[in-house]
Amino acid sequence: MLFGGFLGATLVRVSPGFGVDEQELDSRLSHESIASLRQANASDSHLGAFYLHYLRRLLHGDLGTSRTLHQPVRQLLADRFPETLKSVGVGLAVGWALGLALAVATVMSRSWSVDLFSSLIAGVLLCLPAAMMALLFVIARAPGRLVLGLIVFPKVFYYSRNLLERSAALPHVLAARAKGLGSARVFLWHILPASGPQLLALAGVSVSVAFAAAIPVEVLCDLPGIGQLAWKAALGRDMELLVNLTMIITMVTLLANSAGDLLRNPVRAGAA
Amino acid sequence: MKWVRVIAIAFLVTVSTACLLAEFVARAPYEKQFREAPDATPSRQHLLGTDDLGRDRFSRLIYGTRVSLLLAPAAALLSSLLAGLIGGAAGFAGGWIERTVMAATDLFLSLPWLFLLITVRAALPLNVSPMVSVIITFALLGSLGWAAAARVICADARVLCQSDMVVLARASGNGGFRLLWRHILPNLKPVLYAQFWISVPVFILTEANLGMLGLGVAEPLPSWGSLLRDLESFSTFSPEPWRFVPLILLIVMLGCFHLAVQKQEPSL
Repeated sequence: MLFGGFLGATLVRVSPGFGVDEQELDSRLSHESIASLRQANASDSHLGAFYLHYLRRLLHGDLGTSRTLHQPVRQLLADRFPETLKSVGVGLAVGWALGLALAVATVMSRSWSVDLFSSLIAGVLLCLPAAMMALLFVIARAPGRLVLGLIVFPKVFYYSRNLLERSAALPHVLAARAKGLGSARVFLWHILPASGPQLLALAGVSVSVAFAAAIPVEVLCDLPGIGQLAWKAALGRDMELLVNLTMIITMVTLLANSAGDLLRNPVRAGAA
Repeated sequence: MKWVRVIAIAFLVTVSTACLLAEFVARAPYEKQFREAPDATPSRQHLLGTDDLGRDRFSRLIYGTRVSLLLAPAAALLSSLLAGLIGGAAGFAGGWIERTVMAATDLFLSLPWLFLLITVRAALPLNVSPMVSVIITFALLGSLGWAAAARVICADARVLCQSDMVVLARASGNGGFRLLWRHILPNLKPVLYAQFWISVPVFILTEANLGMLGLGVAEPLPSWGSLLRDLESFSTFSPEPWRFVPLILLIVMLGCFHLAVQKQEPSL
């Protein structure tokens, strides 16, 4: 996590435009004001010193103050993180419900029309940029949170359909079918346990996908979450905010992937 | 479904050729303003009408598609080369080098890619020329998009290093750079090709996302991102369906890419 934060700060620091403040172009500002602006920015210019200072403050529970929004970073995160969690939660629920339902319907029905219909919907959604989808929702005045669901859906659908198809072709599943077991029983007792571990791994990855998509979606749908905050921080070159956001996003991604990995082993053992 | 693939490839080739010959296909330069006809509806002179600055939408679509279609493969080439070098060298070296490189790759992968791109792209100077902004945008895509491909290539290189062919080459006295250059890298080509073709639509989509957030290619040079951004002023009270043409073309082009590379993609 700390490395993640450091990586984010390093990338911003080594970018050629770092240290340039648009406020310096304001003709109303005096030389003294511009000098004080430059001095304020200079504190971030030495990466090692900035990061050591940041770590020292972090140990005391202080996440710093946003340079662009003039508010404590902790306060900003506390206000906006629940909003993003809500959006990501709704998005994941919608995406997984749609994706898994269509994948199961495709595999179990073994009908080319169902496959074509679901592949066409997922294919079109896969070809749409997240920002465009958000804009279409704004135009249609639809709830922006649903966009995240439509972004997660095609990935869940394609991956789970391929997994379920592969599991449905396993010899023991074919034998179960040949012995006359019902479709539901074959699916619940034979296909699903064989695909479970990989589906759990996909669950971890889908959290990361949803968080990444939250940035353009929150910006365009005007949802006050950390995606919108990240965009504002990036535009304002706000190092304090960027480092903390990078750490939080790294933490969420690592937690989601680790949870998926932890759950995968018991499921795999159960399936065996 | 071979015929679907053939149609997809034919469509891609046709659009790419039209975009390469943009000077002949487009009726006006992409930045030329027809000040007497801003926001014009489609006509014989302006096939897709004009935007609010009076620029011909069809010309901008052709030039914008050319920018995305030329530079996304360039960025994909850069990221595939980086992935090949980093992943191939790590898989070949093994031991602590491989572990360190893969830890760095995991770190890169644990950060959402779009977040990194926005962060770095936003920190770049604001007063760069449109051409420089294009190069910066796609160079960033290429240089930050190697991590996932590097993992795949590292795993393949590791398997290859333990293959009979490489063991025989080692026993014959080949080692170090020669082994990597003559035996490992040529056998990684299929994976690199697959990674390249998978990356192209991903980079086109990412540029479109960046462009719509105002962090892509600078005006007046068009790209798919800036063309789609035009829809921000779309009003349901006076719907102009022709403004959706860039979006439809993007969906069809990316759909064709996915169909064309289906056989190239490695299985799950």
